[in-house]
Amino acid sequence: MEDIIEVENLTKKFGHFTAVDNVSFKVKKGEIFGFLGPNGAGKSTTIRMLTTLLRPTSGRARIAGYDLEAQQDQVRRYIGLVAEKIILYDRLTADENLQFFGRLNNLKPAVIKERSDRWLRRLGMEEWRNHQVGTYSTGMKQRINVVRALLTEPDILFLDEPTLGLDPQTSRLIRDFIAEVNETGATVILTTHDMHEAETLSDRVAIIDCGKIITLDTTENLKKMVKNISNPTFEDVFLTLTGNTVRDIASSRITSASRRWHGRPTNRVR
Amino acid sequence: MKEIISHIWQIAKKDLIEFSRDRIRLVTFVIMPIFMMVLTGFIFPSQTTLKDVPIGIARLDNDQISEQLIKALKNLSMKDSQPAFNVKTYQSEDEVKEGIKKQEISGGLIVPEDFSTKLAANGQAQIIIIEDQANPQISAITTQVLEQVVNTFSQQIGTQKVGYLLQKEKVVPSGEAAEKTALAFLKPITTKLLGLIEGETNYFEFVAPGIMAMVVMTAVMTGLAGSVSREKEQGTLDGILISPISRLAIILGKATSQSIRGLAQGVIVLILAILLFGVKIYGSLLLVFLLLILGIFSFVGLGILVSASAAEQETATQILFMFQFPMLFLSGVFFPIQQMPKIMQQISHLVPLTYAIEALRKVMILGAGLTDIRTELIILFSFGLITLAIAMPLFRRMITR
Ligand SMILES: Nc1ncnc2c1ncn2[C@@H]1O[C@H](COP(=O)(O)OP(=O)(O)O)[C@@H](O)[C@H]1O
Ligand SMILES: [Mg+2]
Repeated sequence: MEDIIEVENLTKKFGHFTAVDNVSFKVKKGEIFGFLGPNGAGKSTTIRMLTTLLRPTSGRARIAGYDLEAQQDQVRRYIGLVAEKIILYDRLTADENLQFFGRLNNLKPAVIKERSDRWLRRLGMEEWRNHQVGTYSTGMKQRINVVRALLTEPDILFLDEPTLGLDPQTSRLIRDFIAEVNETGATVILTTHDMHEAETLSDRVAIIDCGKIITLDTTENLKKMVKNISNPTFEDVFLTLTGNTVRDIASSRITSASRRWHGRPTNRVR
Repeated sequence: MKEIISHIWQIAKKDLIEFSRDRIRLVTFVIMPIFMMVLTGFIFPSQTTLKDVPIGIARLDNDQISEQLIKALKNLSMKDSQPAFNVKTYQSEDEVKEGIKKQEISGGLIVPEDFSTKLAANGQAQIIIIEDQANPQISAITTQVLEQVVNTFSQQIGTQKVGYLLQKEKVVPSGEAAEKTALAFLKPITTKLLGLIEGETNYFEFVAPGIMAMVVMTAVMTGLAGSVSREKEQGTLDGILISPISRLAIILGKATSQSIRGLAQGVIVLILAILLFGVKIYGSLLLVFLLLILGIFSFVGLGILVSASAAEQETATQILFMFQFPMLFLSGVFFPIQQMPKIMQQISHLVPLTYAIEALRKVMILGAGLTDIRTELIILFSFGLITLAIAMPLFRRMITR
């Protein structure tokens, strides 16, 4: 399989703080690639760089064969993004939002209509399409938000913690939908701090902490790394990979790591 | 190119729909210019006329002649046949001064004891005018009017005296001709005041163009910065930024929606000025709009600079406030910049708003045409072009930090 994303030594510094530290990886065409890590690990920063929203401090990346820095406009034609914050206008209806973002991507109104019809029906949002987004629940907003990201039928779909703060039913619906979209050929890059989500969706997972990729492998292989636990979960994997090595140095680090793991960013609620 | 224009329009249209559904912003949008107009309209006194201004008079001579002078003062009216002065009587110069200190009166007039005797003896008599230095604005006009009244009165006496002489010496035959000649002797030259337009202009006609320009341009600057930083904070800007569209289209789309809003606000000010304050436009309305549009254009670059540099809405507001406050005073919205010290005048001319306001005044009050405001138009256009050329690349850099 060819690599649709190639990342080489990507680094992002905010002042003296290094949020993403010399990260390299490749994503194969058609796979679901998971980025698993606690809050503040650098997942969103990586996604923002790969979607042209942040300028890398150093390093390079090729997206769909185009250079991330030199060919931003071409890169933008191949990607869709579900970011940390929901990209929808509260005072516009779902339809108006979709038309607006579709038109910015040079889609004809009829094409936008046809695609959104299909996906709104799939996600059970058809009857809400003419209501202002501000009146929706978070779960409803996120469903429209996913449709928006898919309007161009992008080759690569970036999802930054797409199920964060959603009720279990909607999370399930969105995960299933992501899998379906992937079936049709789209490459998916997904970040999450939910180990179950990473496990069920991803073909390969990169575990990232403190801006560094600690491990990158298939979910199967990652589980095999934990030999001493029968039927290991992803949490065991993470603890083995990060916690155990640190545990020898200072036990307090673990508690802070696991707290970060379970903590939720507060800026998500709108 | 066609694509860029379509993108600009999409963004502008989206902004305007959003805005039209935001009730709070709609209300402030209409209230703000009304507020500005009413405040300036009623707080700033109309400075060319006096109405019922309290003055104190101490008459120490008790003679007929001075009584005539007082009568003339009491009967003086400048507008709407309302008396200009509310005359209060005092017994001495000190009492008048005391009255000013207590701010009972805004000026005083003393007729000295020897006033009538000196006049009767064909000497030169004197009237003392006391000004209220705590109140320079009113005081200036009050003393000016008082002097005028005394001068006119003095002239009348002079004409009578000289006329009497002329007749006595048989220089002129009749009494009537004697007075005429006497007047010509005493005041050989008269002046005639001629305006460019009919009637009198009031202070409000002076401030209306300034307020209009100011409201429109601050609306565009704050609107632009606010709109960009709001979308940045809410995260929706990312949705626009990842679209494969020209960065120019993004910022021009925003600028377009804000300009349309600004123009609408300008129209509100104009309508209010005409309906509420009787402002007349002597020049072409089309030219007024052209000036507003160019004024907006001159500010778009600055607005973009601010919105690009401020990450948060609050920072943007603070930066804008820093800009706007001095601009208000420098651009001559409320006072003619000709009254400022030389150095401040020069600084004034670095602010584009100054040119917009000067040109708007020329068109609205003096009925100036396109050629009369050519310089201002060119300056506004160049200012906009230069700031835009600086702002665009900076905007491009700053939105992807
Ligand atoms: N614009 C920014 N300025 C300064 N620090 C930032 C900025 N964005 C993110 N960071 C920091 O970088 C680190 C990684 O953040 P992020 O990529 O959002 O983590 P994640 O998405 O994995 O939770 C965090 O410590 C965060 O505080
Ligand atoms: Mg994140």
